[in-house]
Order: sequence, then structure tokens, then C-alpha cells
Amino acid sequence: MVGSVSGRYLLLVFVLVITVGPFLWQISTSLKGPDENIFAFPPQWIPEQPTLANYLAVAGVLPLGQYLLNSTFVAGVSTLTNVLFGSMAGYALARMRFRGRATIFALMIATLVIPFEVIMISVFVVTRGLGLMNTLTGALLPLAVTVLSVFIMRQAFVKLPAEVEEAAFVDGASEWQTFWKVAMPSARGSLAVVAIFSFMFAWDDFLWPLIVLRDPDKFTLTVGLVFLDGQFSADQRLIAAGTIIAILPVLALFVALQRYFFRGVGQAAVKG
Amino acid sequence: MIGRRWYTPWLFLLPSLVLLGVFYWWPVLNTGILSMTDAHTLRGGEFVGLENFRRMVDDAFFWNALENSLLFTVGVVPALVVLPLLLAVLVNTKLPGIAFFRTVFFSPVIASMVVVALIWSWMLRTDGLVNYVLQRLQIINEPLGWLSDPSLALISVIVVTVWKGLGYYMVIYLAGLQNIPDDLYEAASVDGAGPIRRFWTVTVPMMRPSMVLVGTLSAINAIKVFTEVFVLTGGGPFRSSETLVLYIYERGFEGLEMGYASAMSLSLFVLVLLFSLASQWITRRRAAL
Repeated sequence: MVGSVSGRYLLLVFVLVITVGPFLWQISTSLKGPDENIFAFPPQWIPEQPTLANYLAVAGVLPLGQYLLNSTFVAGVSTLTNVLFGSMAGYALARMRFRGRATIFALMIATLVIPFEVIMISVFVVTRGLGLMNTLTGALLPLAVTVLSVFIMRQAFVKLPAEVEEAAFVDGASEWQTFWKVAMPSARGSLAVVAIFSFMFAWDDFLWPLIVLRDPDKFTLTVGLVFLDGQFSADQRLIAAGTIIAILPVLALFVALQRYFFRGVGQAAVKG
Repeated sequence: MIGRRWYTPWLFLLPSLVLLGVFYWWPVLNTGILSMTDAHTLRGGEFVGLENFRRMVDDAFFWNALENSLLFTVGVVPALVVLPLLLAVLVNTKLPGIAFFRTVFFSPVIASMVVVALIWSWMLRTDGLVNYVLQRLQIINEPLGWLSDPSLALISVIVVTVWKGLGYYMVIYLAGLQNIPDDLYEAASVDGAGPIRRFWTVTVPMMRPSMVLVGTLSAINAIKVFTEVFVLTGGGPFRSSETLVLYIYERGFEGLEMGYASAMSLSLFVLVLLFSLASQWITRRRAAL
């Protein structure tokens, strides 16, 4: 048994090295000074002249600060809209009976089989028609509410016992008050899942902002990083610092709210 | 429910229906319409019937992209069905510190594909870390052009995609593993089955539904690959790693041929649909047995 336990740890450490190694190498590169040879052979894992100058340069000198703001705006607003609109639609589908509900539900399920990549040309045509090309609003709106958010919230509200609602109704609460003050607080866990995944989805998105944003000062972080990486003068130390900065917000969320991430993967998988 | 006005549910649904309608349902219809026009970014389209599809058949670049997408899928799916399962079994114990390993193995999932691709493009350079490590381990004799050699570019992208996907599918498998009753393993142990035998006779049969799910999800994700190819190789060298979505992007947004690009998008849709149908067919056949 002892042999199999240590064998297991050996395997775990092996996978750990493969998983963490690339991140560590990136961090190492991002901390190397301007006079240090980043192509040194053999590679230098510990920077000889460790410095945070690359981070300062990337946030201040390069337009990365602007990219950060743009990404924060797009991801922040899309989190709010997914939480709010997703809950409202999920609540109607879960708790209200009306003609056409089955049709709406079927239409939403249908969208799950058609990925964005199939319709991106037409989404571009619509966005241009609305005059939203090269705007952050244009980058945001197609992500503002996803069917997944609606479904996760619908699932949460379906489980709500009917008595709670009826009690609120007897107390004279309107539909909106019941939704806002009774249903929403009871679905906190699902709200967290929707919020986290909407934020992460918008923050990490690349293809759509690449299509819709044209001017470098409008770029989100992902598009901006690839743009900078493509420049001939690209300094790998700065790109490395940029990628680390790009990971940090989502990493912080992950460390703080880990269980919701795992729960969300389960829910997304079942829906997908 | 009493005394509610008929339009109340619609008010709750309104924001979602407007957004999905404008940015989803209409574009779905419009993709079909555009595919039969010669629409160009700078002018509206004329109806051309099936001309775009005829052009697709004769377009060597389209077939090249389709072939690359299928090769990519064939490379990614088996790896993402098998490796995360092994990983899930590995971390599905109560050993001290296991939560730490589980969390770290998940971490590539939360990094964006752009970040992952940039990290790997730095490591996969001819003078990069990967060549150094492989040379030190004496797996290769001289540096390889992972991203610059046409015969290696697509394989390199496959490796990066698999690396990023491991943790995601591991979590899906972990949920499945938790549903396997311990008695089954105990019974197998009593019958004298070792760990490897238990894996084959208990874990694999019990995990079939999860494996079908992971296979389907990873196949659909693979056939619509874009970001990692775009960042790592740009489809090159010489289109050797150009996949379908990359070519659609090129024709649509660089060639400005909305009609033709829409027609090719429909071929992508057919592939996604085929993968979904295949997975349903497998699931149903299993249920029938």
C-alpha cells in the first residue's frame, strides 16, 4: 500500500509540474530585467535581476491600462445583465404559466446547438447595422444575456417551494416584489455561478471582440495582448507581464469562490 | 398566480428576448439567407442560389481547412476523453493535500485561451523552453520548429488545447466518479481484482455516460476551434494548421465575402449537428442494450 501511495504522489507531482510549469516560466520571464538574456541557454528559471518594472511599464507606458479598463467594462456590465436579465427570464419560465412558454423554451434550447462561430458573420452584420461597430457596447451586447444564464436561474427557481410565493402574495407583494425580495435571495448560489461564469466568459472572450473592435484604444485585454504580441518590437518580458495581469482577476475570483466554479462546470456540462 | 396581468411574464422575459432575438435568432436565420447571396461587406447581396456551395466544393482552401479541423478533432477528442479520466481517478482519493492538487489541475481552465496560447507560443519557439527540456531528456536531438514546421504546427496546437482542457473534463469526470457505489470496488477487490483490473471492470463501464458526454463536448469544441490556432500559428505555415473557423474568418472579415463565409458557416453547423446526433445515438443504443 505504501508503494502505491507514494506512486500516486509521484504521478500527482508529475502532473503538477506539467500544469504549473508554463505559468511559472511566464512569471519568471515577466520578472526578468532589461539586461537579462531571456533566451539564455540553459533557461534561467530564477531571474538574476528580478524587477517589477515590466508590470509598471505594461500598465503605464503601453496601452494595457486602457485594455484593462475596456475589459473591466465589458465583463462587469455583462455580469450585471446576465444576472438580472437571466434571473428575470428564468423566473418567468420557472414560476409563471402563460401561452407561448413552451415555444420560448424550445427556441432557447435550440440556441444551445448553434455555436456562435456558425453565426458570427450575421452577428457582425447586425452589429454594424446598429452602428455599434468599434464600440464597447457592440462588444458587450451579444454576451449580455446567454441562454445558459437563463437556464441556470430557471433551474434554481423551479426548486423554490410554492408556499413561499403564496405567502408573499397574501401579504400583498407584487410579482416584481416577490421575484426581487423572495425568489432572488433564495437563489444566491446560482446567482454566484451565473455571475462568475458571465464574468469569466466576457473577460476571456476573444473572437467576438476581435471582429467588432478595430481601433487599438478600444481593444479588450485579450485582443490587445495578441495585438501587442504581433508587433515586431514586442518585448516578451512585457507580454509575459501582461498575460499574468490578465489572469489575476479571474484567479482571485477562483481562489475566493472555488466551489461555485466546480458547480458551474457541472451545470454547464449538463446543459451543453 | 391570482390577479396577474397577461403581460407580466412577457415583461420579465422582454430584455432576454430582445437581446437573444437581435443577436441570436435573427443571425441564425440571416446566416441561411446570406449563404444564398453574394453579399459583400461593402454592398448588399443578390440572390445567387446554391452558387456559394458550388464554389465551396471547388475551393481547395476550404477542403484544406475542413481536413485540418477534422484532424484536429481526431487528435484532441481521444486525448480529452482518456487523460482527464485518468486524472480524475488519480485525484479521487482522500490523501492529504489532494484538494490542493485538484485545484491546481483546474487552474488552466480559468486562464483565457489567449493567455494560454501566448504562454505556449513563448515556450514553443525554436529557442524556447520546450525544445530545451526535450533535448535535456534526450527525447529529441535538435530543436524542432513546433510552430514553424508545417508538419508539426497542427500537432502543437492540439497539445495546447489538450493541456488547457484537462482540468475542465476532470471535474466532469469527478462528478461521475462520486456516483459509483463503493460496494462495486469492494466486491471487485474481494474477487481479487487489482487497481488496474478494478479500473477496467468497474470504473470504465460505470463511467461510459460521462465519457460519451466528454467526447461530445470536446468534439464540438474542437470542430469550432479558433483562438489557439489564431494566436499560435495564424493558420500557418502555408495554411498547414488553418482550420474551418479561421478560414471563415479570413473570407468573411479579410476577404469581406459575407455570403460565401455564411455558406461555409453552415458546413460547420452540419458538423456540430452530426456530433450531437452521434452522441444521442450512442446514448440511446446503450440504453436499449
